[in-house]
Amino acid sequence: MAINSILSVKDLTISFNTFEGEVNAVRGVTFDLKEGETLALVGESGSGKSVSTKAITQLLPQRHTTISKGEIWYHDHDLLKKSSKEMKKIRGKDIAMIFQDPMTSLNPTLTVGRQIAEPLIEHRGMTKQAAKVEAIALMRKVGIVAAEQRFHQYPHQFSGGMRQRVMIAIALACHPKILIADEPTTALDVTIQAQIIDLLKELQAEFATSTIFITHDLGVVANIADRVAVMYAGKIVEIGTVDEIFYNPKHPYTWGLLASMPTMKMDNDDLYTIPGSPPNLLNVPTGDPFSSRNMYALEIDFQEEPPMFKVSETHYAATWLLHPDAPSIEVPEEIKRRNEQFVSILAAKGADSDE
Amino acid sequence: MGKYIVKRILITIPVLLMVTVFCFIIVNLAPGDPTDLYISENATEQQIAQMRSSLGIDQPFPIQYFKWLLNLVQGNLGFSFASRLPVIDVLPTKIIATVTLMASTLLVSYLLAIPLGIISARKQNGFVDNLITGVSFLGISIPNFFFGLALIYIFALQLGVLPTGGMETLGGSGGLVDRMQHLILPTIVLAAFYCSNMIRYVRASMIDIFAENYMRTATAKGLKETLILWGHGVRNAWVPIITVISTDIPKMLGGAIVTEQIFQWPGIGQWMISAINARDYPVLMAINLVAAVSVLVFNLLADLLYAAVDPRIRY
Ligand SMILES: Nc1ncnc2c1ncn2[C@@H]1O[C@H](COP(=O)(O)OP(=O)(O)OP(=O)(O)O)[C@@H](O)[C@H]1O
Ligand SMILES: [Mg+2]
Repeated sequence: MAINSILSVKDLTISFNTFEGEVNAVRGVTFDLKEGETLALVGESGSGKSVSTKAITQLLPQRHTTISKGEIWYHDHDLLKKSSKEMKKIRGKDIAMIFQDPMTSLNPTLTVGRQIAEPLIEHRGMTKQAAKVEAIALMRKVGIVAAEQRFHQYPHQFSGGMRQRVMIAIALACHPKILIADEPTTALDVTIQAQIIDLLKELQAEFATSTIFITHDLGVVANIADRVAVMYAGKIVEIGTVDEIFYNPKHPYTWGLLASMPTMKMDNDDLYTIPGSPPNLLNVPTGDPFSSRNMYALEIDFQEEPPMFKVSETHYAATWLLHPDAPSIEVPEEIKRRNEQFVSILAAKGADSDE
Repeated sequence: MGKYIVKRILITIPVLLMVTVFCFIIVNLAPGDPTDLYISENATEQQIAQMRSSLGIDQPFPIQYFKWLLNLVQGNLGFSFASRLPVIDVLPTKIIATVTLMASTLLVSYLLAIPLGIISARKQNGFVDNLITGVSFLGISIPNFFFGLALIYIFALQLGVLPTGGMETLGGSGGLVDRMQHLILPTIVLAAFYCSNMIRYVRASMIDIFAENYMRTATAKGLKETLILWGHGVRNAWVPIITVISTDIPKMLGGAIVTEQIFQWPGIGQWMISAINARDYPVLMAINLVAAVSVLVFNLLADLLYAAVDPRIRY
């Protein structure tokens, strides 16, 4: 069954003109978002996850951002070519976003109700009264009790988890086709995180929203995602279905990421960290930017960036190890062992969707 | 809320008392003696003593102070040494003159500073921003006596379109237009500093606000730019702006002293200079009291306004 793509990002290349020079934050990112799916974006801090997704709705600071190449196709339109006026009609209506920090993402001087009602009035042409009724319904839907009273309250009267529920209500107010959630649970404590993830899963199923989900938490990825894209130094280095990424990862960086996930069973001494640090994007080294941290690096890794090698119809990875001439390297035992923890999460998810 | 106001006013009383004590000490420690000014050089010892007792300055300081305080409670601010008129009778006309000048300065400043500060912040580091920031820097740094005299020279002496000073044309028929004309130059001089200062505050707070996450949320919702700017942005700028207004208004009295002097504006500032020269203690005490009360009143007003514009603040 071929599922249509709702969003196609092609060769997106973004740099920032800063005081120190040109920061090459995104260096040719290509991916599709399929209708109804959840695509997880993972990767170290600074790998370009937020910048790539902000470009979709033109949320990057115009003055010092250069989008030198690329296309972002949504419904036969290249979003990069949209004027800011046209973009306004798409933001919040077709493509909505949820951000990391619920404590500061709501306006402290406006009631929560009004902030939820705003997109309804703007995009769905509702009257103030109708928007209020709908906003209260949305608040109930995202699990806010006593919604009528809380409609009139201000953000400071809400806890972090409740504020993130409000952000979700705002994002889903106009039934967007695409939801971009940029680390929506990072700032919350663990139990609240689980609640928010469950809520998002539930609502996503109900609204059939296609979702790009940025996170550092591979447990969340295993729980929520259909496909995973791994980013490193402004590029997608591996992309595939969840099963492919967790059971059969091909890129040494993905191996490192998986190995660095803490598990319930192990002591902290066991915790693996990828040696070294990400390259300076002001001056990206020649060859594969990951080579200096890669214990499996080949000579060519220091000379030329690897292209995307096809592993399967749905699975691609940018590592020279996949070149026919490369020595064959097995997935390290360590990774295999650690991956066992994801099996239970993936199995639970499978059971869910069978119901 | 009502309870809070009463509490604040009650706290104010000891503060005011302290201020008057300090003022009393400073005024009396200042070199010079009123009798030097009001009596001829060859007056006899006896005449001087008589003078001192009639002015009430023959008694020890604490007694003088308590007498002053006792009178104050009864609404009596004493008699001016220089004019022999009751201070309380002169005070209102002086206050009205100064308040008129300040009100017009404030009006002009806010009408200009809020839009200019916002434009400046939106075009941060662009040509327009540099122009606005540059001109406001000039406005802050230009000495008001120099700027005032330059304006008088150009508009009153050379072009002859505006009066050199005063509140209205002496011996003229008065009227609103005449008064407005007299108001223009001193307003410009005071506003040059005040408005420039204000632009910098508005600009800085708006730059901070534009970087806030909730502004990103407003944009991501697809709202119209005017709604994002006024409904989400400027709304959050009121707290810092009110802080500046309330602390700057009493400070303006300081600026008004020089400006009123240059333009012969018959307000508190000019009155104060002449009172200092005349060692007119009762007048000086009255002016100090007015200044102290205005500081306290504006602080209280600001606190009440905070609660009105920021839902997180409740008393
Ligand atoms: N406005 C900006 N000006 C200059 N550089 C920027 C700007 N925004 C992002 N960058 C740079 O772009 C790179 C990618 O940033 P991005 O925010 O996309 O990382 P990320 O993958 O989302 O990381 P994190 O997991 O920490 O959120 C970083 O090196 C960052 O410093
Ligand atoms: Mg990010």
